[in-house]
Amino acid sequence: MSGSRATGAIGGRATGATRADIAAWRARMPAAFGATPGRRALRLAGWTVFAAWLIGSLWWFDMTPQRIWAGLSGLGTIVVLMVPPSPGEQWVEILQGLAESVAMAFLGTFLAAIVAIPLGFLGARNIVTATLWRFSLRRVLDGFRGVDQLIWALAYVRAVGLGPLAGVLAIFTADNAVLAKLYAEAIENAEKKQAEGVVAAGGGRLHAIRFGILPQVAPVMLAQALYFFESNTRSATILGVVGAGGIGLQIAERIRVRHWDEVAFIILLMIATVAVIDFISGRIRRRLIGSQAAPH
Amino acid sequence: MNSAYTTGLPAVIRGEEAFVAARRAKRLQTALGGALLLSCLVAAAWVSELRPATLWAGLPRIGEYFVRILPDLRWAVLFADAETEGSLAFWMYRLPEWSWLILETANMAAVATLMGSAIALVFAFPAARNIAPSGLVYQATRRFLEALRTVPEIVYALIFVWAFGIGPLAGILAIALHSAGANGKLFAEAIENADLRPWEAVRAAGGSWVQGCRYAIIPQVLPNILSYVLLRFEVNIRSASVIGFVGAGGVGEELYKVISFNYYEEISAIVLLIILTVACVDLLSERLRHAAIGRLEAAR
Repeated sequence: MSGSRATGAIGGRATGATRADIAAWRARMPAAFGATPGRRALRLAGWTVFAAWLIGSLWWFDMTPQRIWAGLSGLGTIVVLMVPPSPGEQWVEILQGLAESVAMAFLGTFLAAIVAIPLGFLGARNIVTATLWRFSLRRVLDGFRGVDQLIWALAYVRAVGLGPLAGVLAIFTADNAVLAKLYAEAIENAEKKQAEGVVAAGGGRLHAIRFGILPQVAPVMLAQALYFFESNTRSATILGVVGAGGIGLQIAERIRVRHWDEVAFIILLMIATVAVIDFISGRIRRRLIGSQAAPH
Repeated sequence: MNSAYTTGLPAVIRGEEAFVAARRAKRLQTALGGALLLSCLVAAAWVSELRPATLWAGLPRIGEYFVRILPDLRWAVLFADAETEGSLAFWMYRLPEWSWLILETANMAAVATLMGSAIALVFAFPAARNIAPSGLVYQATRRFLEALRTVPEIVYALIFVWAFGIGPLAGILAIALHSAGANGKLFAEAIENADLRPWEAVRAAGGSWVQGCRYAIIPQVLPNILSYVLLRFEVNIRSASVIGFVGAGGVGEELYKVISFNYYEEISAIVLLIILTVACVDLLSERLRHAAIGRLEAAR
């Protein structure tokens, strides 16, 4: 844009010969003189569509300035009521809920990781060569991944009743698929040489998996499981909102009766717990596998 | 080895003893770790009231529940009209309404991603160590972004439903706030990896801090940021599908209703639609992300 303006200014002052030069250059490399009219029209059209979508969406979701303003003032009142955070009278229940959340995350992740190991081997290209079977297993795992943990939690609450068991099962189901996929990828990335060595020394296929591949992928699997434990501690704090046990139930109840100071206390407690779990899990991860083996 | 023992070569014996000792230490460590893990498991099972008996009693009920959720499709009448039991149309009898709700959910996720990323972009520059105006500003913005992303979306949504009323607005704002925290950190890290020579050139030519950000940093990090935005959109479309559980709009409200009232076949229909939408968005966004990264590589 500024390029074409500059050439215009130079062209105005320049003599006829240089003006012809400029025209020649413009003909030879039009892109150097700014975007072509076609591109500019395309860009304008793109921005118009974007603006239309944005305005349409704001209208659709009724995001008027008055509504936002009213909401913000309501929010301000809530924040004022949150200070100072207080545990309220039932602080034992809060602590129990918190312990329940952490326990749910731990059990769910543990079970998911254990079951994901055989699934990962079954889904790995270098272990199972039947393409159709592997492809369908991978697609099923992908499908599970699209369903959020809260949907599983709600379904399990209907199936096994209110309480932490539903939460454990929800974490297990949602993460098992993702972990199995990650494990399958780790197994596919393992070096073949060790497994071939085991086979050459007279070992069978199971020996090759146990002594050739498992030692290579075990640190990666452990690191992934620990990462999932950290993230599940976060999600286990909210599963209680749909009745699946843990601190989420406490926070939902207190929001319902508008005890905002207790809500603030629980939120702060959640943040602190997540930080502590992150710290511990990070320590274990570094100790067990060394920092270089972390994924990504 | 036996001959070495009988002849009594001291170096071999010492080596063998060292190996045995090392193996014993390793086994002890493994046993201790295993015992620790086991006690953690037992404690967790005790706290979450997960007895083997309850689990055992629950398993058949889980199986029964998921079998009832599966649609009753019959091959002979698969493509018949919505009145025939066993046809696809009978299963998906409210497809137009559900599609509209899912479109609303996707649009909520898109608006929330846009809002969150805009907020994140504003705060990412002071939160990048290499160009932050001062250490204090850097620490303050970093902590602020951290606080934003630690609170789960559902908790924001629960609070916003009180403040802004039931509906998509509360959900959008909840997802946007959480995304702002998560993306702000990623954007700041992208900026920290940027080449600082253009920045120094702009500053040396008399450009202000804002102009430096606009003309030296943004052109470098834009493909990266776009890729993070698309990734966030994939995450947010999942969140938007459940944020309706607390009354914050989208398909979640309908899903909550059908699960709570045990409309078994409708559950599988809606969940299938959500899975399909998420898969489509993932594929599309993966394409776009690769295109964005390709442009980044080309620019280098």
